[in-house]
Amino acid sequence: MLSIDRSIVEAIVAHARRDHPDEACGVVAGPAGSDIPTRHIPMDNAARSMTFYEFDSMEQLRVWREMDDRDEEPVVIYHSHTATEAYPSRTDVSFAGEPGAHYLLVSTREPDTEEIRSFRIVDGVVTEEPVRIVDAAVDPHAVQSYMFGQSPATVDYECSGR
Amino acid sequence: MAIEVRIPTILRSYTGGAKVVEGAGDTLGDLLTDLDSRHAGLKARLVTDAGALHRFVNVYVNDEDVRFLGALDAKLNDGDSVTILPAVAGGAFGFAAAAALSQHRASVAGRVAHDAAVAAH
Repeated sequence: MLSIDRSIVEAIVAHARRDHPDEACGVVAGPAGSDIPTRHIPMDNAARSMTFYEFDSMEQLRVWREMDDRDEEPVVIYHSHTATEAYPSRTDVSFAGEPGAHYLLVSTREPDTEEIRSFRIVDGVVTEEPVRIVDAAVDPHAVQSYMFGQSPATVDYECSGR
Repeated sequence: MAIEVRIPTILRSYTGGAKVVEGAGDTLGDLLTDLDSRHAGLKARLVTDAGALHRFVNVYVNDEDVRFLGALDAKLNDGDSVTILPAVAGGAFGFAAAAALSQHRASVAGRVAHDAAVAAH
């Protein structure tokens, strides 16, 4: 299962909408071994195509090095399909080179709704997995309403008055 | 001195899990042959049967994509750092299909030109 923060999903969808009808692509990095996507990195689609995406090789080197330096790994690799369903194509499968990553697909073919699905692709085998969209417990940039029974962190946040 | 080679996760099964290995060679092709002598099977994942660098990987010498340095003929020096990454690509209508279509188009265009030449005679 992929657990991913709602704000990251919203940022991915916004990226996909912005680049529509071209395919959009990117990465969500997370601490190595954590399986938690935390840092959204929209990437250029070097192919600038409605039917193909490709990371720019130099941008990829920079981003992959940065992840290495920060002890992160690509937890999610995402791209959009702009006229078809959010399911990996044969090309997606043949290129899938990060066995530890969640391959997230967003379909923007409907103007008002997005189809968001996640897959593991290992040795050419595609396995769909559930996507759990989670709301952050504490968002330091937003004023939160207090609800009794929330985590101590949230209560602290409320009481600190920041 | 040797050349340091960074291996991506997907190919570490060939290096006993090692993230970085060392090798030697005057060109990238030589280096991969040298690595393959200790990490059998690695080269076949990087080089096609036709002897070209595989489409599914990116290889860098220091900070340069080897596709701009002569690919497998790229010159190497002791102390260089080689990085291998999986190319990230795909899409609804993919590279393989696009390549097949462009080849088909080229052959159709060739046939049309041939027919026209024949008709002109």
